[in-house]
Amino acid sequence: MVDLSANCAGIRSPNPFWLASAPPANSGAQVQRAFDHGWGGAVWKTLGTPIQNVSSRFGAVSYAGKNAIGFNNIELITDRPLEVNFKEIYDTKKKYPKHAVIVSLMVETKEEWKDIIKRSIDAGADGLELNFGCPHGMCERGMGSAVGQEPSVNERITSWAVEYSTVPVLVKLTPNVADIVPHGLAAKRGGAHGVSLINTIKSIIGVDIDRFVPNPRVGSQSTNGGYCGAAVRPIALHMTAALARTPGFGIPISGIGGVTNWRDAVEFMLLGSSSVQVCTEVMLRGYRIVEDMIEGLEDYMRTHGFQRLDDFVGKAVPGFSEWGELDLNYETIAKIDAKTCIGCQLCVVACHDGAHQCVHPPKNGTSRVPTIDESECVGCNLCQIVCPVPGCITMEAVDNGFTPATWNQHLTEGAKLRPKKGAH
Amino acid sequence: MLKKLPVARAESVFGDFKGEYTPEQALVEANRCLYCSDAPCIKACPTQIEIPEFIRKIATGNLRGSARTIFDANILGMSCARVCPVEVLCVGDCVYNHMGVPPIQIGKLQRFATDRAFERGDRFFAAGADTGKSIGLVGGGPASLAAAHELRRLGHRCTIYEKREVLGGLNTTGVAPYKMKADRSVEEVEWILAIGGIELRTGVEVGKDVTFEALEKQHDALFIGLGLGPDTSLDVPGKDLAGVYGAVDFIERFKLGQFALDGTTTALVIGGGNTAIDVVREAKGLGVPVSTMVYRGQPDKMPGYRHEWAAAKVEGATAIFQALPVAFEGNGRVERVKLVRLDETKKPLAGTEFVVEAQLVLLAIGQSKLGQLLAGLAGVTLERDRIVVDEHGFTGRKGLYAGGDCANGGKEVVNAAAEGKASARAIDRFLSGEAHG
Repeated sequence: MVDLSANCAGIRSPNPFWLASAPPANSGAQVQRAFDHGWGGAVWKTLGTPIQNVSSRFGAVSYAGKNAIGFNNIELITDRPLEVNFKEIYDTKKKYPKHAVIVSLMVETKEEWKDIIKRSIDAGADGLELNFGCPHGMCERGMGSAVGQEPSVNERITSWAVEYSTVPVLVKLTPNVADIVPHGLAAKRGGAHGVSLINTIKSIIGVDIDRFVPNPRVGSQSTNGGYCGAAVRPIALHMTAALARTPGFGIPISGIGGVTNWRDAVEFMLLGSSSVQVCTEVMLRGYRIVEDMIEGLEDYMRTHGFQRLDDFVGKAVPGFSEWGELDLNYETIAKIDAKTCIGCQLCVVACHDGAHQCVHPPKNGTSRVPTIDESECVGCNLCQIVCPVPGCITMEAVDNGFTPATWNQHLTEGAKLRPKKGAH
Repeated sequence: MLKKLPVARAESVFGDFKGEYTPEQALVEANRCLYCSDAPCIKACPTQIEIPEFIRKIATGNLRGSARTIFDANILGMSCARVCPVEVLCVGDCVYNHMGVPPIQIGKLQRFATDRAFERGDRFFAAGADTGKSIGLVGGGPASLAAAHELRRLGHRCTIYEKREVLGGLNTTGVAPYKMKADRSVEEVEWILAIGGIELRTGVEVGKDVTFEALEKQHDALFIGLGLGPDTSLDVPGKDLAGVYGAVDFIERFKLGQFALDGTTTALVIGGGNTAIDVVREAKGLGVPVSTMVYRGQPDKMPGYRHEWAAAKVEGATAIFQALPVAFEGNGRVERVKLVRLDETKKPLAGTEFVVEAQLVLLAIGQSKLGQLLAGLAGVTLERDRIVVDEHGFTGRKGLYAGGDCANGGKEVVNAAAEGKASARAIDRFLSGEAHG
């Protein structure tokens, strides 16, 4: 039997799946229902001075018939009275003592931080998450990403929170920065027990081309919102990995950004997340998605012989390096399986127009299976990416007789590089 | 130990009508599913399989979990994936039908998930802690198998009494071979029995070799999971000629062994229900050049499923509507059938007799019900020889439950599976003193 129990920065939960601070974690009734479905923890929707929201709050990107592969929102922090939130947190912890309830916070002054932290802990919070990430509305008021984008402010407020808190403090980072590393390090210097990332990305989700106003539309105006959902996962994975491999960082990470199923969660964990947070997929499909996440993770762990999460959290971090450390003599070429090829020739057009003109239409009049000019194939993967038949195009490593050599080795040691392909 | 089927069986000539998905096909179809909430497909399934959930798990690559979701609701999920009339159940209720978009092929996806689980030899369920109680199950078909498996999960010991040497009931002896062959059903039986603690008494006919009262004394509760009785005969001259068979009898013969059809150029199937449609198509598939169904009413009034009749026609089956056999004629063997035309109220039209040559006549006009076996047991009510039960399968007699065809009058495998499971749960409540009977 595999053990799914998680410990992220000292916050323990029966499994690593937490609801992110967002609409699905807006109230006690919701969080309790989520726990009944199997969620291991929840980061309560951000508490602060309750706000007034606009009407029309969400927008989405659809692509090729799939609804909402990307999503954004212009909703702000909680609009419910603080005392109601705290009572529901208390009730929830009482009913679910083993589940993690982390309270997300966003206030301005030191005194406000002191007060809201005490009230959160009195209500039973297992941990705090400092919302330094919200890229819309709150940042205009000097909070959210306005804090997260300034390492010195981040560090100062984090240190206040750590001073007042008796439970672990996570700092939620904004991706709206050029490099995530200084911001993670600032949180660490402030004393944070861990970080969570990413918050949403500043975005305009689309434009109403008949009304001449961006979406989501509030009357005749719109504003930038926070972009999230499956489409942002690559950005989140990169930032997670960037921190995980920074020497001297070394504090736990709660991964967030486009997790839709167990496989996505495993990716975050392999890159160093000891818990993962989910919002958009729950908003689109409901709390019920956690059943597959739990089962899929268990099966993955069983298949790979992992007993507990620590056996694989961070396992892919060493597999991520600078470009200069990649082996320039490693060579692959595309192979097409003629038996499964359906003759769509999407690979032909992609290679001709987008790559190195080495996938050709068949010369034989009856076949529709393309041929590959292996002397020209640079091993870019594009044909494999556009192929609709899984496994039909494979990228196969070839032995070219050259010993591995990186660009850095070439520069410093004069390591011998293989001749370039396709460069003429 | 289950008896092995003969390797050489006439049913082997049939192909696989609906076909199985490749992983690529399954993925494309699974990703089309909308993952509805409170999904109509679930409501249409007698066993209430969480269909959108098992399909989502195929899409995420959680194949083991997908199969677990199916089997948790219906331990006969592998055979049901093949034999369910999904067109009128889950698939028929897919919301895509309201959009004019092809509905999700739930049966094929379920087959994909469950076949993979069988291939891997996945085991999902363990027997519960022994309660010391024992339940006798009469009949070894889907209803009893579903009941026994559920009872084992709940920790009760089970004994199945089956008059045949093979288990699986109609799944083994009666399912159209282009949907599932007998050996696959036997494989499923073995997979279900692998939970352990289910004793088999084959070759035992309850009511003849042992009485119900005796079983009631031996066990803490009884579940009657019998099917239907022999095919109904047609009381016309020549009914006893060689070459005249009950349809269910005929199907069992060619599914479990060989059936010589040399010299048979025409088969005539009497009836218009699903058994008639199956058998007219099967006779054709077994190589009879002309296979014709004779139904009393008009085509649109046939009780058989429309989609099944449409498929039978594609296979070359033909039909004579608004006609009735009045005599089977021949010298020792049937050689021809005398028929009469019927009017719209199914009354014979005088002077319209005609003759059709046929060397094989298959009667698919119903089967007897086995309720009489329980006649005289105090508390048991019969309704036209069907055992009357409540929604938990309770008969009204203390400790006696029933499900499947003997109680529902003859429905699908999936109904038997649902009823067997519901009875198992009711028996568990009864044995723990929580409920009636």
